[in-house]
Amino acid sequence: MAVALTRAPARPFARPKEEHGFWSWISTVDHKRIGILYGVTAFLFFIVGGSEALMIRMQLAAPNGKVLTADEYNQLFTMHGTTMVFLVIMPLAAAFGNYFVPLLIGARDVAFPRLNAFGYWVFLSGGLLLYSSFLFGGAPNGGWFGYAPQTIGRFSPGHGIDFWLVGLIITGIGSLTAAANFIVTTLNLRAPGMTLMRMPVFVWMNLVVSFLLLFAIPIITVALFELYFDRNFGSNFFNANLGGDPVLWQHLFWLFGHPEVYILILPAMGIVSEVLPVFSRKPLFGYSVVVFSGIAIGFMGWGVWAHHMFAVGLGPVANSAFAASTMFIAVPTGVKIFNWLATTWGGDLRLKTPMLFALGFIGMFTIGGLSGVTHAVVPADYQQTDTYYIVAHFHYVLFGGAIFGLFAGAYYWAPVVTGKMLDETLGKIHFWLMLIGFNLAFGPMHILGLQGQPRRTYQYPKGMGWDFWNAVSTIGAFTIALSILTFTINIFKTMKSKERAPQDPWDARTLEWTIPTPPPEYNFAEIPVVHARDDFWHRKYTEDEQGRLVRIPSGGSDETSALHEQHADSDDSGHGDGHGHGIHMPSPSYFPALASVGIMIVGYGAIYHWWIGAIGGVILLAGVFGWGNEPLSE
Amino acid sequence: MQTAIAPAPHTPAPGDHDYSVTGIDSRKLGMWGFLASECLFFGALISSHLLYRARAPQGVKIPHDVYDIPYTSVSSFVLLMSSLTMVLALAAIQRGDHHRLRIWLLATAFLGTLFVGGQVYEVTVFTHEGLNLSSSVAASSFFVLTGFHGVHVTVGILWLLSLAGISLRGKLPAENHLWVEIAGLYWHFVDVVWILIFTVVYLVPNKH
Repeated sequence: MAVALTRAPARPFARPKEEHGFWSWISTVDHKRIGILYGVTAFLFFIVGGSEALMIRMQLAAPNGKVLTADEYNQLFTMHGTTMVFLVIMPLAAAFGNYFVPLLIGARDVAFPRLNAFGYWVFLSGGLLLYSSFLFGGAPNGGWFGYAPQTIGRFSPGHGIDFWLVGLIITGIGSLTAAANFIVTTLNLRAPGMTLMRMPVFVWMNLVVSFLLLFAIPIITVALFELYFDRNFGSNFFNANLGGDPVLWQHLFWLFGHPEVYILILPAMGIVSEVLPVFSRKPLFGYSVVVFSGIAIGFMGWGVWAHHMFAVGLGPVANSAFAASTMFIAVPTGVKIFNWLATTWGGDLRLKTPMLFALGFIGMFTIGGLSGVTHAVVPADYQQTDTYYIVAHFHYVLFGGAIFGLFAGAYYWAPVVTGKMLDETLGKIHFWLMLIGFNLAFGPMHILGLQGQPRRTYQYPKGMGWDFWNAVSTIGAFTIALSILTFTINIFKTMKSKERAPQDPWDARTLEWTIPTPPPEYNFAEIPVVHARDDFWHRKYTEDEQGRLVRIPSGGSDETSALHEQHADSDDSGHGDGHGHGIHMPSPSYFPALASVGIMIVGYGAIYHWWIGAIGGVILLAGVFGWGNEPLSE
Repeated sequence: MQTAIAPAPHTPAPGDHDYSVTGIDSRKLGMWGFLASECLFFGALISSHLLYRARAPQGVKIPHDVYDIPYTSVSSFVLLMSSLTMVLALAAIQRGDHHRLRIWLLATAFLGTLFVGGQVYEVTVFTHEGLNLSSSVAASSFFVLTGFHGVHVTVGILWLLSLAGISLRGKLPAENHLWVEIAGLYWHFVDVVWILIFTVVYLVPNKH
């Protein structure tokens, strides 16, 4: 009692102690729980963004659709694109990165646990601010690319675009802190023996993505600020009457926007590179080539942005240069595809749900990649620009690619996160519904686009020959919705189920399967020493003279059960002073969430009145100083 | 002498929070990452200005018409000197000399404040001469670029003052010299960016 009295006045907030319930999630600094927060939030945004897509498809199901007005349509396609890019695929990749990067490199935590929590809360703040625009007079309606001068105050009155600008600046802060955290974690916290060229490919791709974020986010932030000042403080960056240049916006946006494409796809490529070897029971074919191709994509991704601008009129020299670089970037991408195929070649394939999604990824992503190469041909692109052909292309890479890859990861790693397996039957139904629905929804868009149906147009007249394929596409979209419903049912069923997944159910290759599931707060009771790439596999198997796999008798399984006993002895709640192993983990903290609330209020201040911003600023400062004065762990 | 005062070196083991494979402290590496990102931030702002620097309607002033190079040279020199005092602050805490640490931290913050004050004065003069945020695209890009730089200096000043305050309360022991070093990295970066802005934006001549 006396101790409590002497300690209490020292600080305004008592250090959170909750281990369960609402406040424990608000104050958590555990990378695994933050990963779960990212995943759940992004999945909810996925449902919202998907519903927006369904409304768009209902409007376009037949000629002269009456479901939506033109303005509502503009808001919905803007929010659909913005949501799926910034609030779904990026945070889903962050969810996997947060949860699995430390586990895959044999670390107990990320380098900056509180900054990690801050990144999540800032992302959530930005997303909520963006969506609150629906309540405050209408959502942004300028497209996810927000082309200026279309989006300057004179042509886009109201606050919709301001919500878009401020929301994206705020989520950008979250991406930046996450990127810095991942880079330092990956470089500094690897277990002994985990050299760079022994790291799992997912960790590599996450590292490349982090560097892309680090350099791409500030560029769009500048563009967003310039437009924000134009709209709110009378600057003239994009006022054509005074010589403001619309191409400046496009350059800044796409100089961010093209690396962004790789930010979205590389994590999925990493996940697939983990899944394929496990379900083929072969090592990844050409590991170093896959890694270097990923790095090459990361570098070359900076030299192709103007292929989004072929129709702008940059001139034949610029167009030819960017056409060449765009075709060239298909080479490392193609290399990866062949490496994945070679990984499965001659393998002992097991067509479990994660493997189906990984194979689906390869097929769909290849189609999207091929249609992408057709855009690189400038004269062809003149024809395709702003038609549904483009919509078909990027959905094949971002849905057929990224989303299929992320679902492969969800099914593959669910046993680690929950300690339970997702249902295989429902999983397979999910996969086939999604594959069929996806191709029905987006396959016909190739045809529609080449027939000339324009994007971002809320109605099309009868008699253009577009009716049939649009109807098919809408049926496809609802089939996808059905598949996502199946997945949701699968999650609830798994949550209710009492059946525990066996340790290492897929006979996997990497470190996250060597620890109990769900992992204790400190991940590894003892930090592993890594001796090889796919270290866990080599602990379990060796080869005989004919090169056949032989299970090491005293290997993996025994080792794992020994591990189980070891962990059973310990205080598995993972809290308290001793942590069972004398491992000291960072303490929870309210301040990252508090600082994010401050940033969100500053955001509203930036849209409405300075005094709202001042309140937010005070909260932000309180959060930052509280954070700075609080020791990492106590 | 330094080694005599410095506490016994603690070598973090794998799994410890301060463990580092590269040997670079994680916080320092994180700061370098952030500064790398800032390069692109200022790079995009400077590029926007370079595109727009001479664009204004007939008879409307562009920034080059109102620059006072001798004045800005002096304020640039002031900022440059603050990097020197920053280095002295770091050297002081590494020696364990907390009194001089606070003197040099406050001196750095003072020089920074002098620079920001000079910026505010400059903007006031420019506005009176007819160059403001709205007058031309050249002016817009100039004010947004230098404004963001000024905000960065201001954040740096707050940071330095916080460190001085923490030190005054006796909570900045010599073994935490990394805190000063990281603040210094930021401060030098902001300083270097200004040298770039002063050269490219102010000094490189420009035709209307």
